Amino acid sequence: MADTVVDVNEISRSFGAKMALDRVTFRATEGKVHGLVGANGAGKTTLIKHLLGLLRAQSGSVRVFGRDPVRDPVGVLGRVGYLSEERELPEWMRVDELLRYTQAFHPTWDASYARELLETFALDPSKKIKELSKGMRAQAGLIAAVAHRPALLILDEPSSGLDVVVRRDILDAIVRTVADDGRTVIFSSHLLEEVERMSDHVTLMHHGRVTLSGALDEVRRGYQRSRVRFVEHFDQRPVLETALVMEGGGRTWSVVHSGSLEQFHHSVLALGGEVVESRDATLEEIFLARAGRGRQQVEVA
Amino acid sequence: MDITISVADGVPIYKQIINQIKYLAASGALAPGEELPPIRTLALQLKVTPNTIVRAYDELEASGVIQKKRGSGSFVSEVRHSRLADAERQRIIEHRVDALLAEAHQLNFTADDVLRVIRERRAVMERRSSAMTEK
Repeated sequence: MADTVVDVNEISRSFGAKMALDRVTFRATEGKVHGLVGANGAGKTTLIKHLLGLLRAQSGSVRVFGRDPVRDPVGVLGRVGYLSEERELPEWMRVDELLRYTQAFHPTWDASYARELLETFALDPSKKIKELSKGMRAQAGLIAAVAHRPALLILDEPSSGLDVVVRRDILDAIVRTVADDGRTVIFSSHLLEEVERMSDHVTLMHHGRVTLSGALDEVRRGYQRSRVRFVEHFDQRPVLETALVMEGGGRTWSVVHSGSLEQFHHSVLALGGEVVESRDATLEEIFLARAGRGRQQVEVA
Repeated sequence: MDITISVADGVPIYKQIINQIKYLAASGALAPGEELPPIRTLALQLKVTPNTIVRAYDELEASGVIQKKRGSGSFVSEVRHSRLADAERQRIIEHRVDALLAEAHQLNFTADDVLRVIRERRAVMERRSSAMTEK
């Protein structure tokens, strides 16, 4: 049984009247990649800020390596690497100064790993942060987050607004964190393909709540996408028991549904139709079904 | 190693890796005794979590397709290669037959009708090929 690195129990947090986190429970186990998905404003960043001790839970408990990150920030943050979408880096520093500064906080700093990444990214160490492009900033922030070989790497929307090359650099850093010595990663992303490829466990948040959480395969096993054909022509969506999302029209519909395939077959048969084909739903299809929003809205978010 | 992952078709990624390595081994693109890429290398290449590769390799080992050698890597099995190839050939043809039967059912053909058509077509093909060799 793998060790629990992060143990969040029933935490709630509100900002004014807005419930940002509503009894959220979340666990991260050692050596696994944990993907956090949800639309903007779902609570992912607020949850991550609790893990870093930047916010105190109003109720419930947060433990990282068995410690409370608010009471023992040194004990927690010394073992955590963190990169956020905002990449809050000191503008006036040079890249090499940023790395020396970060190194001072981390006795485990691996200078040769930092050098290797600088060369791979072709970053000029003498450049000031404010002179860097968005992608270069992300690369500099990434080196600062991983070069001390943290036991826990936390990435908050790391790929947001970046080109393919830098996104691949970030994915490579995740792979190396896990493959080299079985360390743990938590990353949030709205790029569901990325989450599906990189995650061992996935947690879906919606309006401050965890709506789905588990091993990626277990989460996916509960949902199918089927094509169904009816004898009759339906002007409006036919009502099928376990259907979550239906697209199509007339006699042919494409349906994302939960529950057993047999049960679904029965409900289709009852309306005089047949299931033409079924396959496991993709994470994106499950996400859309559970978040209950239209396709276009989510892609924009 | 030439493997492509697609998340669009709903097949779990570790299964896609298993299927493609089985296919590469069955087709001879991966030779018996050939070493598979290390977990880290393949995870970096495919941009997937290393644990997915671990799982795929574990299942390939359990079904005898590959062997792990202590202290080194994973290798395509030598001994059971022919059995693997047979199983894989069987799987491929079954897949095609299933699709054919489904199509036949939609068009109101029985399995016996399908067998009759297969024999007829084979006869046609044999006539064609002998006509070609005579020329």
